[in-house]
Amino acid sequence: MIASDTVLTNGRLITVAPERLVSLAAVMVETGHRVLTLVGTDERGEGNGFGLWLALLAPDGSVVQLRTSLDPADPRYPSLTRAVPAVHWDEREMADLLGLTPEGHPDPRRLVLREDWPADLFPLRKDFDVACLPPPSRHDAYPFTPFEGAGIGHVPVGPIHAGIIEPGHFRFAAVGEVVLELEARLFYTHRGIEKLVEGRSPEAALPVVERICAACAFSHALAFCEAVESLDQIALPLRAVWGRTLGLELERLYNHIGDSGNICAGTGFAVGVMQGARLKENTQRLIEEIVGHRFLRDVCAVGGLRRDFPRFALRKLRSELARRREETRQFAALLLGTDSFVDRLRGTGIVSRDLAVALGGVGVAARAAGVDVDARRDRPTAGYRRWPAKVVVQQTGDVEARLRQRFAEIEESWNLIERLLADEPDGPVRVAPGTRPAHRVGLGVVESPRGADVHWLRTDAAGNIDRLRVRSASFANWPIVAAAAPGNLIPDFPLINKSFELCYACLDR
Amino acid sequence: MLEIFRQRLTVGRATNRYPEVVEVPPPTFRGQPRLRPERCGGDAACARVCPAGAIEVNPIASGGWTWTLDRASCLGCGLCLEACPNEALDVEPIFELAALARDDLRVSARLGPTGENPAASATDQVERLGARLRGEIARTFGRSLHLRHLDVGSCNGCDWELTALLNPVYDLQRFGIDIVASPRHADGLLVTGPVTRHLEPALWATYDATPEPKLVIAVGACACDAGFLVGSYAVAGGVDRRLPVDVYIPGCPPRPEAILHGLLLAMGRRR
Repeated sequence: MIASDTVLTNGRLITVAPERLVSLAAVMVETGHRVLTLVGTDERGEGNGFGLWLALLAPDGSVVQLRTSLDPADPRYPSLTRAVPAVHWDEREMADLLGLTPEGHPDPRRLVLREDWPADLFPLRKDFDVACLPPPSRHDAYPFTPFEGAGIGHVPVGPIHAGIIEPGHFRFAAVGEVVLELEARLFYTHRGIEKLVEGRSPEAALPVVERICAACAFSHALAFCEAVESLDQIALPLRAVWGRTLGLELERLYNHIGDSGNICAGTGFAVGVMQGARLKENTQRLIEEIVGHRFLRDVCAVGGLRRDFPRFALRKLRSELARRREETRQFAALLLGTDSFVDRLRGTGIVSRDLAVALGGVGVAARAAGVDVDARRDRPTAGYRRWPAKVVVQQTGDVEARLRQRFAEIEESWNLIERLLADEPDGPVRVAPGTRPAHRVGLGVVESPRGADVHWLRTDAAGNIDRLRVRSASFANWPIVAAAAPGNLIPDFPLINKSFELCYACLDR
Repeated sequence: MLEIFRQRLTVGRATNRYPEVVEVPPPTFRGQPRLRPERCGGDAACARVCPAGAIEVNPIASGGWTWTLDRASCLGCGLCLEACPNEALDVEPIFELAALARDDLRVSARLGPTGENPAASATDQVERLGARLRGEIARTFGRSLHLRHLDVGSCNGCDWELTALLNPVYDLQRFGIDIVASPRHADGLLVTGPVTRHLEPALWATYDATPEPKLVIAVGACACDAGFLVGSYAVAGGVDRRLPVDVYIPGCPPRPEAILHGLLLAMGRRR
């Protein structure tokens, strides 16, 4: 059944025939392996046809990759989705961008590209010619799932929303105000970033990669750098590892504070919105003093950090930590102590544990539903081996659980930051990159504020990027948002959506 | 309820005093590069390393070279500073960079052995909008400006900074400016992001739904130029590839005060 089994820098690589992939993947998922990413590659230039790579996280924290080669003339394969539902969007994305057809997929519609895109043009293939692309149509003819019946009304919302929100289209099928079905049409901000960085050196690609998303910029930069460094086989100086851990926790902190405040906007609780916005602003200002950027961009480098954090800024963080932690505690007490507010959250937008597990949910959304996953503990990189993170979970899976989960994680981030500041190492923050091997696969997994952010990278003959796939936490969790809506009132959807607070840009790339 | 009152009382005044007091960015600030002409050797390491193609170094026939920075596409990533072998670049600690014309964002210096004074030959910002037109904008929009946000493919950074303008620290409404829910209620559009292929229909629908006269304000490096995304199959480029732009606000993303500066510039209340 297994064609070959090799040990990689990034765990084991098992090569299988396409028809064996489904059964093997199913067995591995049943034995506790979790989907990290599914990637298609165009290796026709190397005589390997198209590659299909399924990266799984084993229960012991190691990585297993299943690889199969597809016929260059007819790249079809048996769909994994019915056995491993978590990859349902990955398969549709690869069908759009690479023309790899998952046979038997329950939903073979387009996902990333629009209906006006030519049927035989695949942007991630190496022979793609942008000149073959006709100008975009002014209309979108997406075939929404028909949901008809007596008394069923349809409410289309977006892509441009009433607030300052990223673009996405939501189509509600409802009876009165009760949602029967929600279909989300996303990928509006698709910028083709994965294609754009092909052929570039990782160093040249990094500033583009960290601009996939602002709210998760540091997580993306770090996951990307760790993917590259896993190929280079270099040991990072301790201060670089320490600084990266601090950066990740600061990113989590400002996001969680802001996202908690934004949940209040979904209920019209203005005091909560403003307190959250003020605390987020103050946190971002402090972050700028430490790293130079309000969204922690241009901080990470392949081989460590771009520059050291200044002592005066760290001193300020140290001296203000107790007061700032107390402010977030008071903020939590304000929100959770306001009964009329909590009443709106309790029982709203419930995600069951089974659903979160089946769809491969990650981050706050999964942990609030009782799924005990956190990349900081399950595959510790950066400094989480030395400074472990405590993982907390909730049980009820509703909006209230997601809010309580964020407050619990804010508390834990403050604790971690306190420990990091008490254990500050000295020394350089950057080492020179090593020799980059050709045709090798690197993997970076980072727990972003929204959950596991996975960067999968393959080098070309010159050690530059042959293929990059970014599977963000938002990619894993967006289908769960749509599944959490039915049974709730349409006016509660903004509240449910804000309680996940997923990025569109992270998903769309 | 008592807790709400207690917390509100203890916070006090959170709002800053921009534009009367312009805060100095911290020493770590990642801003746009500034050329120290006497150090520039003309070897163009900065231009080669720039991910956005924002820097150009061109030889000139009479000897010497020109160094040009396009503020519209600059990401402020600082790679040029690190690449320069002569340490001829440092960070300019300013963020009020908005301009009314695309060309005003090109900063240029003529350098080299020809004996010219580089400081004197650097082009000053050119005021291109006539005084009459400027007066008209100030009359129409100067006291109150209601804008609709239009995201045509942003990374959400500019969107979050627009949201931050509504927080108690910047308190956008104190200037008579607000973000409205519909383009039909708007005097103009705040556009963030490069124009992605998938958002072109939404861009046209939103623009057409905004009543005349209308302003288009490009917020951030993507909307101003999208230089770092050039070559992508999914992106058309800066907003002025599709719509007439009245104000450009550079930055990746521009800080909230930088956006505020651009808005006050749009209203004719600040130069």
